[in-house]
Amino acid sequence: MIKIIRYFIILSVVVALAGCNLGPLKKRGGKSTDNQQQDNQYSTGGEDSASKFTSGDSLDVSSLNDPNSPLSQRVLYFDLDSSQIKDEDREIITVHAEFLAAHSDITVVLEGHADERGSREYNIALGEKRAKAVKQLMTLQGVTENQIQVISFGEERPVALGHDSSAWNLNRRVEILYTGY
Amino acid sequence: MIHKSILVLFSWLLVNSFAHAILTIEITSGSEDAQPIAIVPFQWIGKGTRPASLKNIIAADLQRSGQFSPLQNKDLISQPHQGTEVKYKTWRALNVGYLVVGKIQVMADDSYQIQFQLLDVFKGRQLAGYSIRSLNSGLRRTAHHISDIIYKTITGEEGAFNTHISYITVIKDKQNKKRYQLAIADADGYNEKIIYSSSQPLMSPSWSPDGTRLAYVSFLNGRPEIFVQNVFSAKKEKLVSFKGLNNAPRWSPDGKHLALTLSKDGNPEIYIMNINSRKLTRITRSYAIDTEPEWLPDGKGLIFTSDRGGSPQLYEVKLNRNKPVSRAQRLTFEGNYNSRASVSIDGRYIAMVHRTQGKFKIAVLERETKHFNVLTKGNLDESPSFAPNGRMIIYATEEKFRGILSAVSVDGRARQRLSFKKGDVREPVWSPYKINK
Repeated sequence: MIKIIRYFIILSVVVALAGCNLGPLKKRGGKSTDNQQQDNQYSTGGEDSASKFTSGDSLDVSSLNDPNSPLSQRVLYFDLDSSQIKDEDREIITVHAEFLAAHSDITVVLEGHADERGSREYNIALGEKRAKAVKQLMTLQGVTENQIQVISFGEERPVALGHDSSAWNLNRRVEILYTGY
Repeated sequence: MIHKSILVLFSWLLVNSFAHAILTIEITSGSEDAQPIAIVPFQWIGKGTRPASLKNIIAADLQRSGQFSPLQNKDLISQPHQGTEVKYKTWRALNVGYLVVGKIQVMADDSYQIQFQLLDVFKGRQLAGYSIRSLNSGLRRTAHHISDIIYKTITGEEGAFNTHISYITVIKDKQNKKRYQLAIADADGYNEKIIYSSSQPLMSPSWSPDGTRLAYVSFLNGRPEIFVQNVFSAKKEKLVSFKGLNNAPRWSPDGKHLALTLSKDGNPEIYIMNINSRKLTRITRSYAIDTEPEWLPDGKGLIFTSDRGGSPQLYEVKLNRNKPVSRAQRLTFEGNYNSRASVSIDGRYIAMVHRTQGKFKIAVLERETKHFNVLTKGNLDESPSFAPNGRMIIYATEEKFRGILSAVSVDGRARQRLSFKKGDVREPVWSPYKINK
């Protein structure tokens, strides 16, 4: 139950931040042209957007254990049948990606999950598709392939045990798990 | 009078005690044109405790098929035990078409000699008569065997009463931690045996066509890998463990190959693996999810789930010697979610998980006519699996937030629910006819 409440808190923080702006961080060097174009699309957020998040590459390893660090947000949620990353979650992924790009010795597992509805094998594939969407966004921002491991559990490991939409919303997720932290 | 002597010695799963896993089998609805049949309790000849009631097992089998409606004991006008004692005229008055009578005799070696006769009430003659030897531990199987004989004699079709199901159960252990169990039971849910147990998720059991082995997915090593296990010896081996997904194993009709889903080349694609040589043939190529392969009974095609059209739907790819020979054709167009096909042994029907108004049901597509029929009424129904005679579909459903198994006839008219005592029960798969040891 405490775990569920924690996810609600994380979710509400994410929603609150999303309400402020959808802008990503300032552009970083060494990115592909594609990515820069993508960044430009979101550049309307303005200067204050950057102040909401510390950029990931300025964080040191100790911030992995700091509950106030932006790196403490490690769960991304998805819509039904979808592996589309939500705009508000791009911020979170970017912070992690920048951190990982600056710390090439640190690795993560991206754990993909689905809600209980529909067939189990399809849900395993859907969980993997979600985790791979996050991986793709990270690698575009300079994280190397061998820093990321993707695992899908499909619907086999729900965090919320209910059988209604509030539980399902929490279970359609990708968790960013730092190896050894 | 036909008299065949069959020595039935049952060694299958002898290590297993009579674990009564199932609390109730509830017939939730029968077919309207079910035929009345009277089964008289078998005469007990011998001392000692009377074993399990053959009559009850046979009656439950026939009723579950949806094609028979057995009379209750109180409605039996008399209780004859052999054909010569039957006064057909009185039974005709009850409008009962068939009558089953029989005896159980205890033999010197503590086995049983069971005689039974199936009688046609209106013609006043015997349709079948057998004498079967059975061990006490095999008595339920003998009853299912008798049900098969009755079913085939009257309907002309093979029965599937003497078959098995495999499924996954999830229970909480003493430390309140989840345990995932791979189970095998008789088709009516009795004689459950746990053949593998793990603290990590188990999924997708698939029978080998000779019924000796199960392929399944285990997360034992923290990610999905495919294992194969002998159901008698419990000997198991890891068969498939590539990078990424190793999922959805389905044994080929020839028993030599597995269709499966791997994401080693990027995203989930369907492959066929030769079990001996471990050689892989890639079947699908798309940027979408392709998974849940199911063989056509002749081995000349696979049906699978893909979201290449934007939502999960069933597709069929034709095979020649396990290589794709055509582009995959889309099979389902009803609604925006159709997945996890199970094909009947005659290839006529495809059962699937179908979403309608946000709820997941079992639906069946008749391949030739394209007739589409939603069979079940649950909210979260999944994992349909055809009985080997193609008449019933067993599937996983939910009751009071607990996973249970149900079965429905292919025409949707007969329904039954198998309620287990504890735990979540899921992913039932019906065995082939024969389990050859």
